[in-house]
Amino acid sequence: MRYVLDLGGLGQLLAALRQRGFRLIGPVVADGAICYGEITSAADLPAGWTDEQDGGTYRLKRRDDGALFGYNVGPQSPKKYLFPASATLWRSHPPGTADTDDEKPFAFIGVRSCELHAIAVQDRVFLGGQHPDPLYAARRDGAFIVAVNCGQAARTCFCVSMSAGPKADAGFDLALTELTGEGGHRFLAETGTPRGEEVIADTPGAQPASPRDATAADQIIERTAAQMGRAMPAVDLRDLLYGNLEHPRWDDVAARCLTCGNCTMACPTCFCFSVEDVTDLAGRAAERNRSWDSCFTLDHSYIHGGPVRTSARSRYRQWMTHKLATWTGQFGTSGCVGCGRCITWCPAGIDITEEVAAIAADT
Amino acid sequence: MTTPKPTLAVWKFASCDGCQLTLLNCEDELLQIAGQLQIANFPEASSQVIEGPYDVSLVEGSITTPGDAERIRRVRRQSRILITIGACATSGGIQALRNFSGDLAPLVYASPQYIDSLRTSTAIAEHVQADFELRGCPIGKHQLLEVIAALLSHRRPNVRGHSVCIECKRAGLSCVMVAHGTPCLGPVTQAGCGAICPAYHRGCYGCFGPMETPNTKALAARWRELGATDQAVHRAFRTFTAAAEPFRKEADAHDAR
Ligand code: SF4
Ligand code: SF4
Ligand code: SF4
Ligand code: SF4
Repeated sequence: MRYVLDLGGLGQLLAALRQRGFRLIGPVVADGAICYGEITSAADLPAGWTDEQDGGTYRLKRRDDGALFGYNVGPQSPKKYLFPASATLWRSHPPGTADTDDEKPFAFIGVRSCELHAIAVQDRVFLGGQHPDPLYAARRDGAFIVAVNCGQAARTCFCVSMSAGPKADAGFDLALTELTGEGGHRFLAETGTPRGEEVIADTPGAQPASPRDATAADQIIERTAAQMGRAMPAVDLRDLLYGNLEHPRWDDVAARCLTCGNCTMACPTCFCFSVEDVTDLAGRAAERNRSWDSCFTLDHSYIHGGPVRTSARSRYRQWMTHKLATWTGQFGTSGCVGCGRCITWCPAGIDITEEVAAIAADT
Repeated sequence: MTTPKPTLAVWKFASCDGCQLTLLNCEDELLQIAGQLQIANFPEASSQVIEGPYDVSLVEGSITTPGDAERIRRVRRQSRILITIGACATSGGIQALRNFSGDLAPLVYASPQYIDSLRTSTAIAEHVQADFELRGCPIGKHQLLEVIAALLSHRRPNVRGHSVCIECKRAGLSCVMVAHGTPCLGPVTQAGCGAICPAYHRGCYGCFGPMETPNTKALAARWRELGATDQAVHRAFRTFTAAAEPFRKEADAHDAR
C-alpha cells in the first residue's frame, strides 16, 4: 500500500518509531560528509545538503530545494552498526563476558537500495550456514528499515548494472520517495512488512497516495536509473576474471594501488576481521577483540612462515576477484552491490568498473 | 617462593625525551608497570640506579656521536630484550635531516672544533640488534603498554604494519584527501597513532614511518594531482622519518635542487 506524508508526517513517523523503543540511526552531516549517526528527529536530517562524488573525491554541497535525502551514499553504511569496526568477543573479567547489545533495536532511516542489498549480503555471510555470528545476530535482530528510493545517482553509482537499485525492492519495512516539486515537499511511502503498516497507522499525517503522487515517484526512480554515473561491464564476470588471472592489467593497477585498505573498509559488504588477544599489565585480565581487517594488509594472508599475497598485484586481484567472482561460489550472490564507495573513497581514485572494463576490452 | 620481578632500563640517545615522557604520562598504568617490573634504570623517573644486566631495555634516540655508537653496544650487552622506541631510535628521527646536507656545525656553533659528532643520525638497529621496534614521534601510549603487557605474558604484541587509513576508517573518520582534497601520508604510513591528524581534519605527517608495503610513488602522484608542489612532496617525505628507506627515496625523487 502506498501513502503520502508531508514533513510533519515524517516527524510523526520518526516519533512513532522512537515510541516503539527503536534507536534511530540516520544520515547526518559530520566530518565533511553525510555519515550515519544517531538522530532524534527529522531536524537532524541533512536538509538542503547533497554530495558530488567521483573517483577519489567527495564534496558536500548545498542544494536549494531543502531535500532531506537529496544525496547518495556516504563513507559509512549500516555496517557501522550491524558489524561494528571493533568489538570485544570475550572477557575474562568478569568471566566469559562479551560486548552485549542490551540496547534498543536499531531503526535505520534513509537506507538506499544498494545498502539493502549489502545488508542482505552480510546477512548471508554472518547468519547463513551453521555458525551464525552472535554479535551480528543481536544487532540485526528486530532492526527496522526505512529505505529511501534515490532521487538522483552519483557519478560513482552503478547499482543498475549490479541489479541492486535504485528502487528498493525488498528488505525494508517502509520505503520513501522524496518529492520536492509541484505539490510541495512530501514523501511517498510504500510499506514492505506488517510492521511497516503498523507504524504508518500510528502516523496521523499519512494519507493514501493519489495516483499522481505515485506516478511522480515512479518517474523519479526511473530518472535516477537513467543517471547512473558508471556501469559494470555486462559480461560473465566469473569467466572473465578466472580466465585472466595473469592479465597485465593487474600490474597496471598495482602501480596505482596504495594497498591502504580504504576500499574494503568503506565497502558495505566486506566482512573480513582480525581477532587479537590482549592481556593487561598485571596478567590478571584477558580480552579477545575483533576489528575490521582488509585483504590489502600483509597479515591477512599470513600463514606459517609468512604472508602469501606479498605483491600489491596479488592483493588487488584477490579483492576484486573475491567481490565479483569467487563470492558467488561462496555465498550465491555477487559481493558487489554497485554503491561506488570503493571508487569515491579510494585515495588513488581506482575504479572497479574501469579495471573490469580494461580487462574485458583486452581479452 | 616469589620469583624476582624482571628489570627494566630506559636509555636515552639523541632525542627530545618525548617518548620517555609517553611512558611517564602513563600515570595510572605506570604504577602497574612498577608492580610487574623493577624499574632499575630510568633517570627521567628516578635517580636510583640498579646495576645491570637488565631483562628489558627501552631505547629512545638515534646514534649521532662516536661515544653513543660505543654506548649502545654496552647497552645491548647488558639487555636481554632491547626495544627501540620512537622515530629517532627506529629511523634516525628528524635529526637525520643532517644526513642529506653538508656539515652544519659551523653554521650553528661558534667553535665547531669542540663538537664531536657523526656525519649521520642513524637508527639503533643499524648498530645493534633490536628485538622489537615501536614507531611514532612520539610513540603511542597504547602501543607502549601493549608491548610491555605482551612481554610480561610472553605473547606477541598486537602491533600491525598496515596503513593509518585502516585505523582512520575504523574510527569512522571521513578521509581528508577524498572529502577535503587535503594531502595525507596515511596510506603509506604505519598505523599506531589512532589517526590523530585526520581526526583533526589534517593530513597525516607520517610520524610512524613507512607502512609494510608503502607505494610512495603512487601517493606522491596523487598529491601532485591535488595541487601539492614537488617541493611539498619532498618536504613531506623528508620530515620525521627522513632516513627510512622508502621515504628517503621518494623525497629524493622530488628534490627540486
Ligand atoms: S565493491 Fe565497491 S561498489 Fe561494490 S559494494 Fe563494495 S564498495 Fe560498493
Ligand atoms: S548505487 Fe543506486 S541505490 Fe546506491 S546510492 Fe547510488 S543510485 Fe542509490
Ligand atoms: S584500491 Fe584504492 S582504496 Fe583500495 S587499497 Fe588500493 S589505493 Fe587503497
Ligand atoms: S585521511 Fe589519510 S589516513 Fe585517513 S583514510 Fe584518508 S588518506 Fe588514509
